[in-house]
Amino acid sequence: MKYKSQKVAYWFFALSMLLLVLQITYGFVMGFARIGFDNLHEFVPFNVARAVHTNLLVVWLLSGFMGAAYYIIPEEAQRELVNVKLAYVQLISLALVGVTAIVGFHFNIWEGRKFLEIPRPLDYLVVVNVLLFLGLILTTLFKGKRQTTTALVLSMGLLFAALLYLPGMLPFDSQVTDSFFRWWVVHLWVEGVWELIMGGILSFLLIKLTGVDREVIEKWLYVIVGLTFLSGVLGTGHHYYYIGVNKIWLIVGGIFSALEPLAFLAMALFAVNMYRKGEKKHPNKLALYWTLGAAIVSFVGAGLLGFAHTLPQTNIYTHGTLVTAMHGHLAFWGAYGMIVLAIISYSLPNMTGRKLYDSSRGRMAFWLANIGMVGMTVAFGVAGVAQVYLERKFKMDFMLVQKEIAVHFVVLVLCATMFATGITLYIIDFYKHGKPSDEALEIDE
Amino acid sequence: MLSKKQARAFFLGGTLVTFLIFIGLTIYSFSKGNDQTNRENLTAEVIRGKEIWESNNCMGCHTLLGEGAYYAPELTKVVDRLNIRYDGNGETVIKSILMSPSPWQLNGRKMVAYGMTEQEASDVVAFFNWIGKIDLNGFDRVVSPLAKEKINK
Repeated sequence: MKYKSQKVAYWFFALSMLLLVLQITYGFVMGFARIGFDNLHEFVPFNVARAVHTNLLVVWLLSGFMGAAYYIIPEEAQRELVNVKLAYVQLISLALVGVTAIVGFHFNIWEGRKFLEIPRPLDYLVVVNVLLFLGLILTTLFKGKRQTTTALVLSMGLLFAALLYLPGMLPFDSQVTDSFFRWWVVHLWVEGVWELIMGGILSFLLIKLTGVDREVIEKWLYVIVGLTFLSGVLGTGHHYYYIGVNKIWLIVGGIFSALEPLAFLAMALFAVNMYRKGEKKHPNKLALYWTLGAAIVSFVGAGLLGFAHTLPQTNIYTHGTLVTAMHGHLAFWGAYGMIVLAIISYSLPNMTGRKLYDSSRGRMAFWLANIGMVGMTVAFGVAGVAQVYLERKFKMDFMLVQKEIAVHFVVLVLCATMFATGITLYIIDFYKHGKPSDEALEIDE
Repeated sequence: MLSKKQARAFFLGGTLVTFLIFIGLTIYSFSKGNDQTNRENLTAEVIRGKEIWESNNCMGCHTLLGEGAYYAPELTKVVDRLNIRYDGNGETVIKSILMSPSPWQLNGRKMVAYGMTEQEASDVVAFFNWIGKIDLNGFDRVVSPLAKEKINK
């Protein structure tokens, strides 16, 4: 750690871990409900568990991205964060807004729009919170000694993510228009600007971990984020095939979303090549595992599995089935979950001064979480394909099909247990590092 | 070999061009003659039905226009589907489920008992009927057996 104010990141990461545990817990509630054990229905009906599960995903990732920014931006800009106290105010208000929203879901207080269930008054607080965060980050960046490409791409991703939250707040009477602009938020976040954030963090980690020249890494970062937007913006069309808008999106969405895996392929090749070019001297191999893992798993989950059902001819059958859940789980895990765990694994020893990256617990956490998530993806995939054939092709009743495929959720829960064990080990490791300390200053490589 | 400056130009140029095309296509798809969202048939009942749909997070279990949680049935064309199963009484069945004071339970999966009023249940049915008349570029033949029968004839 080079600047004292980087310690703020630790608390964002701690909040992230707490929310991840809660997200997994509600995931189990849903998994058991799908098998037939819906015993918590009275207190946590499926729609509550689902809203909590997906919204916590967004909030723990955002908290992780914010922590990453608070760690990376001072180091890149070569100065302390402009105001540490306000950063803590922002952290506490983020936690309060998140907790209020989650509690509200249990009392039927929500907006009921997929992924954007947070009720409108809290939306305004989210906007204020994010504006405060951006103010702190951007002021630090532009008052700093240098504005690197890595820092600019990361900040640009965070700024655009904030701006793109706004179309989701526009009121529409038509379900179609509502859905159309909701995807401006959801798709353009996860298949657009969040990739800038991921690219920025990945670039920072590769510079630190491989020792390859910054100019080389940042040049390819531009190419990758360029490919992301080139395919991802018009690729939004793959959400518009069958929701009641013009057929033009079948062509535009089909072509451009089919190109989306290229950005993820480029990211995977980029990360692996930089590793091969590098000196391989950095001792934090665990951070390297998570970094390369994020680049590779995101290509499989977001790139390949996304491509598997993105063409209109396939999507007409898979749209609105568990095939989407298959793609969603590995994509979010690879692209965003793993990159947050990568920056935590890298920064934690630097903030606390405890270099625990040689522990077998850390490696076990990596493999168990990844193998568990791949198993869950396969279980969702098998259930999804069976659902497509039975319900969409052979016209079996929805609920009968759900009974037929319930067995796959037994496999899912078993794999989720393995995944949760991996995450538990990761969090034990997090805890064992202890709190951040000023004594850890300048012990960075 | 590509320079960093060229790479940046590729990123900024590509983003700007694709974003402008995206805005253009958005305007095109909602313009007169190309709009197929069934917006002209929106009524006060349909809008109230949408509000009820959202305020109870129905999408947290069901899917509509293929969007939702895949835990409970797809409700696009639900009136058509239930009309086939219940001899033309689809709307009545839906209303009785929504007005039921105890949880509706089919094949072991429970639905929250919403205990809606007659008016609220009618609004939701109006919303489903409006959804059912949207041109979905062929998706309706996948989710509606009635549409498939029509095509086969």
